[in-house]
Amino acid sequence: MTEPVDHLVVVGASLAGLRAVEGARKAGFDGRITLVGAEEHLPYDRPPLSKSYLDEQAPEATTFRTADVLRDELGVDLRLGAPATGLDTTAKQLQVGDTSLGYDALVVATGAAARTLPGSLAGVHTLRTLDDAVAVRAALDAGARTVVIGAGFIGSEVASGARKRGLDVTVVEALPTPLVRAVGEVMGNACAALHRRNGTDLRCGVGVAALEGTGRVERVVLADGTAIDADLVVVGIGAVPATDWLRDSGLRLDDGIVCDEYLFTGAEGVYAAGDVARWYNPLFDRAMRLEHWTSAAEQGAAAARNALDPSAAKPYQTVPYFWSDWYDSRIQFVGVPATDEIRVVEGDPERGGRMVALYREGSRLAGVLTLNGQNVIMKYRGLIMKRAGWDDALTFAQQRKAA
Amino acid sequence: MKIIVDRNKCTGLGICESLAPDVFEVNDDGDLELKTEEVPDGLLSDVEAAVAGCPTEALRLEQ
Repeated sequence: MTEPVDHLVVVGASLAGLRAVEGARKAGFDGRITLVGAEEHLPYDRPPLSKSYLDEQAPEATTFRTADVLRDELGVDLRLGAPATGLDTTAKQLQVGDTSLGYDALVVATGAAARTLPGSLAGVHTLRTLDDAVAVRAALDAGARTVVIGAGFIGSEVASGARKRGLDVTVVEALPTPLVRAVGEVMGNACAALHRRNGTDLRCGVGVAALEGTGRVERVVLADGTAIDADLVVVGIGAVPATDWLRDSGLRLDDGIVCDEYLFTGAEGVYAAGDVARWYNPLFDRAMRLEHWTSAAEQGAAAARNALDPSAAKPYQTVPYFWSDWYDSRIQFVGVPATDEIRVVEGDPERGGRMVALYREGSRLAGVLTLNGQNVIMKYRGLIMKRAGWDDALTFAQQRKAA
Repeated sequence: MKIIVDRNKCTGLGICESLAPDVFEVNDDGDLELKTEEVPDGLLSDVEAAVAGCPTEALRLEQ
């Protein structure tokens, strides 16, 4: 039998952490909750930061809940601007700088940090935090000539935001095809075409040799010797799970905190959620780590419920889902980008416009990508949830086309 | 229980449709449609999941 939980500590005060707190209260937990966050800010929403937050009009705050709601309604002891520095799973102590916090149950939701390039020139930013977004926005307001390094989703959204303002934008991508690992070659090219169609200068298959300038970035020099003048450089080359502080914790780390299907880390009372968690997703029979809004929200709540009552723990499974808004197009993906076969069932990657592509793994529908396919994407998510076969998916696609 | 959609917040992402397809559907224009405004019997937990799962906090339930 496990001891009842008096004190739940949630480390990481972004979406997954907030949902852990809310999930615990919703489950009827009335003990102490402490929420520890590395940033000074109250928990805030990230997807808008690379989207509407960069628009010309004054941005709306993306804070989820006020401090009053967190303290008074949710009864949370807030520790913000306080990065966790260590974890002793035997003594059940979370180290936060000089402070030690004892816990009965712990949800680790420290997220991921944007990968950076070496150097410290002003005008070079990543885009992950609110502070990043404020800085990028200010540069766009000043009419920055913008270079985006990495044609992934975040970088592409920044490019869209800059183009909307009529600014010159260059996107530099080291791979010959952008997003090839995320969506495959054909659809990677279809996405890349959106940049070209919207006046963004996309350069693929060329690396960055140097960022140059005196104190502030002035140009980006590519591996082929080309120099591109820049006032703003946004580095969008992915994120790494924030697990450095857990190095000596004994938790199993392998591109994230390794968890079972219950989001349980193996250390008594310790669960993980969100971008930092590599958990076993029963729906796909494999371990995965997602950096998506939906899974972060759901895992936060699930991890808290399981941590509070391990004997009634429920496995967490999901069909991964993400969306990205580029120019006037919405890209949506459900499932996993399997590579056995990728079939475009609607639209023409050469021509642009609406597109639907199905991803096969064995005899199963594993993933679906749509460009402006809002009316079908979730129907496919339902099919994947039900472990639909490839043939059934193709039949459904035919019916949709005929409709 | 009545389902309320804040049209200023909803962008038709459709998570709700995948969680409660008998209640929510994104139409051909990319806009969310309610198939029913009242939560149908037996679907309350699905609709609650849809409310919680909305990335733009555009959904709420009212008595």
